[in-house]
Order: sequence, then C-alpha cells, then structure tokens
Amino acid sequence: MGGDALIELEGVEKVFDVRRRTGLMRREKRQVRAVDGISFEVARGEVVGYIGPNGAGKSTTIKMLTGILTPSGGRLRVAGIDPARERMRLAHRIGVVFGQRTTLWWDLPLKDSYGLMRRMYRIPRARFEENLERCVDRLDLAELLDVPVRQLSLGQRMRGDIAAALLHDPDVLYLDEPTIGLDVVSKAKVRAFLRQLNAELGTTVLLTTHDLQDIEQLCERVMVIDQGRLMYDGALAGLHSMGEGGGERTLVVDLERELPEISVEGARVVKVDGPRQWLAFPAGASAAPLVAEVAARYPLLDLSVREPDIEDVIARMYERGQG
Amino acid sequence: MAEAEAVESAVAPARSGGPKGAPVLPVLPVPPLVPVRIRAVEGLRGYGLIVAMWVRSTMAYRTSFFLSTFGNAAITLLDFVAIWIMFSHVDVLGGFTLPEIALLYGSSSASLGLADLLLGNTDRIGVRIRDGSLDTMLVRPVPVLAQVAADRFALRRVGRIGQGLAVLVWAVSQLDVEWTAGKVLLVPVMVLAGAAIFGAVMVAGAAFQFVAGDAAEVQNSFTYGGNTMLQYPPTVFAKDLLRGVTFIVPLAFVNWLPALYVLGRPYPLGLPGWVAFVSPLVAVAVFVPASLAWRAGLRSYRSTGS
Repeated sequence: MGGDALIELEGVEKVFDVRRRTGLMRREKRQVRAVDGISFEVARGEVVGYIGPNGAGKSTTIKMLTGILTPSGGRLRVAGIDPARERMRLAHRIGVVFGQRTTLWWDLPLKDSYGLMRRMYRIPRARFEENLERCVDRLDLAELLDVPVRQLSLGQRMRGDIAAALLHDPDVLYLDEPTIGLDVVSKAKVRAFLRQLNAELGTTVLLTTHDLQDIEQLCERVMVIDQGRLMYDGALAGLHSMGEGGGERTLVVDLERELPEISVEGARVVKVDGPRQWLAFPAGASAAPLVAEVAARYPLLDLSVREPDIEDVIARMYERGQG
Repeated sequence: MAEAEAVESAVAPARSGGPKGAPVLPVLPVPPLVPVRIRAVEGLRGYGLIVAMWVRSTMAYRTSFFLSTFGNAAITLLDFVAIWIMFSHVDVLGGFTLPEIALLYGSSSASLGLADLLLGNTDRIGVRIRDGSLDTMLVRPVPVLAQVAADRFALRRVGRIGQGLAVLVWAVSQLDVEWTAGKVLLVPVMVLAGAAIFGAVMVAGAAFQFVAGDAAEVQNSFTYGGNTMLQYPPTVFAKDLLRGVTFIVPLAFVNWLPALYVLGRPYPLGLPGWVAFVSPLVAVAVFVPASLAWRAGLRSYRSTGS
C-alpha cells in the first residue's frame, strides 16, 4: 500500500462506437467520447461527490473504477490495482452500490445473500459477524433479515445493499445514485450511516448523485463533470463562487406593512408578497451596506440573506459548458 | 480449504486514517489469496457456493419442490408417450424399432436435462445485459460465467434427467443386442459426453448474445431443437443436415453415433467405426472455442458497455 492516493486517474478516456443504420445495408459509425480525458486523485478517507447532468459520463467513470468497463485510454488505479485487468482481485477491495438495481439476490432473504457474500469474499467469520452486526444495528435491518429482497421497499432494499457492499471491509465504497427515489426519512438514514462509516472506519466514499443535499451533507469535495470533462474539482463552498457572474444572493425583507417596491442602489426587487420583498444583489458584493440602507429608509420587522442556490449554480455551469 | 481465517491474525499496517485523523481499522490483506488460484478453480468454487445456496432455499419449500420436479418429469414424459402412440400404428420408424428409438430419446433427453440443469441459465445473459444485472456480477470476485450459470439454479430440472434416464433404462432392458464391455461402457459415457456437448453449445450461444442482443432463441434452437432431432433416428433426416450436425455443430456425437454403435447399425456418411467413442473428445473440442467465445463476448461488453 503506501502512498496517499487510493484512486488515481490520469487522462482517462472512454470512447464508445455508436453504430447507426443509415440505409438498408449501410451503417454509420460514430464515436462518442463519454469520458474525455479525466484526471484526479482521491486520498484515503475522503468523501467525494461526483455530479453532472444525465449522460455526462458519471456512471461510465464509476464503471471504469469498478472494472466493469475497460478504459479506451489513460491510466487508472484503485488501491494500486488496474481495475480492468484484475477485476476479481479488485472486487475484494471495493464495495459498490447501484441505486437503480440491487446487487442482492432477488428471491433470497437478506441474510442468505449476506451468508453467500461471506463465502464468496472469504470473509473470516468473526469479522463478518462484527460487520454485519454494525450494519444491521445502524441501518435498522434486524427485522428485514428474513425477508426476500423482492419484498423490500426501495429504501429498505437500498439499506440492505449498502450493508452488502461493506461486509468485506472494502477500502472504497462507490455509490451510484444512492438516494434516488428514497423518501426523506430513508435518505436521512442513509446519509447518517455514510457519515458515520467514514468517520469511524475511514472508508473512502465516492458517490454520484442528482440530489445536491447528498453533497451538502456528506461531501467535503465535489467534482463536476459535463460532457466527459471535469469542470470543477474542489470544496463545495468554492462552487458558489464559480457561479459568480450570474450568481446572486437574495435579501429577504419583512416590512411592517405593505409598501411599494423598495428602491435602493445595487439591488433590485425580484418578488413581492404582501409585506415581504425579495431583493437580489451580486454574490460578490457585501450585504452590510445594503442592509444598513434598507434599515434606515424602511420600517423593518426582520430580514435574512440567502446564498445562491447550489442547483442554480450548477445548472449555470452546465449551460456554460454547452455554450 | 486453507481459508482466510489464517490471514486475519496477520493484521495489516492499518489504514492511514482519514484526513481528519479518523480512527484506524486493521485491513485484511486480501490480494495474496487470489492470484495464485486458477480461474477455473475460482469459478467452480463460486458456482458451488451459489448453487448450494439455491438448493438450500429450494429445499425450504420441500413439497413445492417435489411437486414441480414431478410435474417437470411428467410433462416431458408426455413427449415420449407421443412417440409410443405413433408406434401403435407403425412397427418401425426410419428402420428403427420402439426400444431403439427409446435409446435415442432417453440418452438425448438425459444429456440435455443434465446440461440444462448445470448451464441452462446461461441463456439469460441477454436479459442480464439489458437490465444491467451483469454489471453487478462484474463487481464480485467470482468469474461471471459461473455466476450466470449458477444463478437461480433450478433443481427441479432433475425431473427431465430422471425422465430421460427412465426411458433409457427401459430401452436398454428391451433392446435385443449383444452387450459387450464396450457397449456397456458407452451408454453412460454417451449421456455424460452428450451433456458436455450440449453445455458447450449453451455457452457458445450465450457468448453470441453479447453480439446479437437477444439471441436466446438461437441458442434454444440448437439445444432444445437439437434434442428433438436427436430423439429420432438419423435415417429420417437429409444428408446435408447430418453433415452439419457432424462437422459443424457436432450434435451427432451427443447420442446418434454412440447409439448406432450400441445398436450395431451402420453410421451415416460412411464414418469410421471408432467415432462412437470420441464423444468426450468432441465435447472438449467444442468447449474450447465456446469458452474463448464467451471470453471474447465478455471483453466486448466491457469495452462497449452496451
């Protein structure tokens, strides 16, 4: 082992040949660059969010990192292993959760699936019991162990899947859309579990998601991918400033009574609802002078400042990427 | 099995904690176990594990299992009843008597049943590619072929084997042949080698599905279709078909050639006498390209992702 980077990608590419029928016999061959030269490193113990619009190359990247797909170019290592060449050896080091499909055996009770995992991965019994107990306890699985997977709700199944991915003590856990379709309670459970897992065992987590709350609550680091390229790699906070230019903060003002639209320099009213008014101002500007001026000139009850919505920021990034 | 228990005590230097200085956990040094083992051994081990689990789960509903197995046997037996009825109107079919046809029928049926039990699920690979469940198999430390073949292992398929063997035993008891040691040996060899040939055809058919999407029917036409063909004497078929199933997809070696030897009848196409005994070699010869095709198919999947 040694070296801090658990996952290393260097100029990784994935090119798909897409064949399309253009005539009776003729076929047109077109190349699609699903992943177009991506480089990054993930250190042990990091929790990284990997986001991007549909078809951006997120899942393709995950599939290369798990050894399901062979990269067309570049260099890729996970725990020092080349995933495409040593798929089965890698399998012992990684845990994978696909939000859209289960890795469990559909017709079998959860505990049978887990028992099979134990033998498949050659997990020592003591370690297996310990890991299973932890997962059962924290993911509330005790009552589900005897239920066939097909009878589980989506949220229950997801928790079952996460447990299954962790029984063999993987160094890294990949989660592809782990909260997709889950209700608020299930989402919260899954997030809390992942936070705990990372804090207590130092398991590295790489997750793709469309749910920005996943990112906000779990990840210190975000990577944004669009059209196969890495658009951003850094702290979540930095994403806000990326949005600058189009990014705006909002000052929400509660007046004593209904009044005509507030008119102050450096801000404009974007919405009025009774005595409440919304003022937009550039994300880069300070809120202090604006607040002072409003407070001086209008009868105020309350006010608050809202950060730009991260979804807006990312949506704007995608748009720029296209342009 | 020198399992991983021994490894646990050799606690690894421990994970270097998170950036936040998270507590550390001893890491299991997994890699030393794996590369030494041969893929085939890993495959058989994984196959055995998955099959054992399915059998256990089937046996949880014993009555249901016995009923479905019995039903399976009964339905396939109707097949043979049809032939039986045919013989109430004729004495010979293509120059073959009922016990002779029963020999063909029973051996082919038992062979296909055995292959179907062990490898029949490989025909679901097309579905697995489409619904993405192949991906979940690729992240497990077991060869994919073993997982595909073992998944949903249907023990009730022993029904077909039982039915085939029953007809075969009846045929052997009725046949008017001089049993030499060679002929006695040839009967079980025929069933096992036949199963291996059918199995190889199944694997090849599964490999084809990587290219042709849903080609399960192509595979079935060779296995189930082949089985139906092999239940009748070769004398009723055209020469070109016989050449095809001798030299291209060597189904003739499943039971026709060995059975003709047992019955002391001439081979079609003027083949030499020893061909009755080469079925096991033919089985090996078909498995090699079939498994190469499978690997090529899997490789193409992993590079295209379909």
